[in-house]
Amino acid sequence: MNRVVITGAGTINALGHSVPETFEAMREGRCGIGELNFRDVERLTIRIGGQVRGFEAEARFNRQQMALYDRFTQFTLIAAKEAITQSGLAFHGDLSARTGVVLGTAGGGVSTWDDNYRSVYEDGKNRVHPFVVPKLMNNAAASHVSMEYNLKGPSFTVSTACASSNHAMAQAFAMVRSGMAPAMVTGGSESMLCFGGVKAWEGLRVMSKDACRPFSLGRNGMVQGEGAGIFVFEDYEHARARDAEILCEVIGFAMSSDASDIVMPSKQGAARAMANALRDARVNPEAVKYINAHGTGTAANDKTECAAVADVFGPHADNLMISSTKSMHGHLIGGTGAVELLACIMALRDGVVAPTIGYEEPDPECALDVVPNVAREADVQVAVSNAFAFGGLNAVLVLQKV
Amino acid sequence: MSIQNRVIAIIAEQAVLEPSDVRMDSTLEDLGIDSLGLVESIFAIEEEFDISIPFNANAPTESDFDLTNVAAIVAGIEKLVAAKS
Repeated sequence: MNRVVITGAGTINALGHSVPETFEAMREGRCGIGELNFRDVERLTIRIGGQVRGFEAEARFNRQQMALYDRFTQFTLIAAKEAITQSGLAFHGDLSARTGVVLGTAGGGVSTWDDNYRSVYEDGKNRVHPFVVPKLMNNAAASHVSMEYNLKGPSFTVSTACASSNHAMAQAFAMVRSGMAPAMVTGGSESMLCFGGVKAWEGLRVMSKDACRPFSLGRNGMVQGEGAGIFVFEDYEHARARDAEILCEVIGFAMSSDASDIVMPSKQGAARAMANALRDARVNPEAVKYINAHGTGTAANDKTECAAVADVFGPHADNLMISSTKSMHGHLIGGTGAVELLACIMALRDGVVAPTIGYEEPDPECALDVVPNVAREADVQVAVSNAFAFGGLNAVLVLQKV
Repeated sequence: MSIQNRVIAIIAEQAVLEPSDVRMDSTLEDLGIDSLGLVESIFAIEEEFDISIPFNANAPTESDFDLTNVAAIVAGIEKLVAAKS
């Protein structure tokens, strides 16, 4: 089995248009959540979200590209460019033939669906643009990355709601570890912040109208975000042979299914995913210093996740730090695990643990060190990233400092 | 049909019961309505009466809407319907 390291990272999200900007915001505990701004927002009862601001797609992509790139694809390509540039890899010959792209998204081209449904239903038009289908399909982003960078290996998109990115990255990790691919481009993207996207979530009555306050007493729900996180996972020997900068190592993963409820999380399912990921990584629970929580800010998730952590880590649960950066960038749904992996990289590489902001009051049902409001310096050797999706599908990754 | 009977019909349908089995002092729990069933019931009631019920599934007890039992729900809806007209 090969060791797998991360040699490139890229992102665009509500906290910044690059990894350095996002790290800076996480260190400062800055909030990227604000008033939503898009057509028909006045017809929503939920009007806040972690929108990507100051982003002019037209300035980045030409007219032909714009006709094919939904916003979730635009985010993916921007993050992929940062990640692949940082990795220093150029894909030719055997490397090109064997390297692929595995990405996560829950909704794919949601705003393309939204815009075109509006056009045919509300505006009564009988013709849509010929590229609607290739623009909205869930695999559009992965395909465009593969075309842009000449990646001809195994490529596909994983869609497991809020765990999509973690499932995708786990899959990419397994491929590099097994020797199937020398490197993989992986991560995920989401862009549901449009009228139809938010309206659908509103119906579920789990959204907060004011803020995402994970683990805090009186928290009242999740807040949606948007953006992408993309990484280059690479065989350690391959990276070392070319003297690449290594951000951290991925050492294990696990996936599990609750097999119980379509929306309510299960402590057992989450605990099994964490425990099996540690086993896969061959580390003791005591080695883990930081967990990037799923931490959605809903009543149900946060208490269930804390109980699962207590079960898996025993007394050590009180010694580790667990934070939810969703409080800053919002819940990126299918892209969330990818952006949150950045918090793990920051903890391992820079020794800075991102905080859970918006924290007001301790909740006895979430009695862990949630790094309230202010980032913290710490020497973190092993970090865990959790994602627990609607439908009871869980995926957990374990990372290590190199 | 009175507001009370319309609400009971919606709750009964959600609980897969006959309306006559829904008592005014029944709690939603008594009727076997879980959190997802509650969100669906509230949606159905909002559609029936064209009202908005202040309810957040994260904090059902802290919402400005009393869900203690069927009587409380009916009273709350009567108030919202009156406020609308």
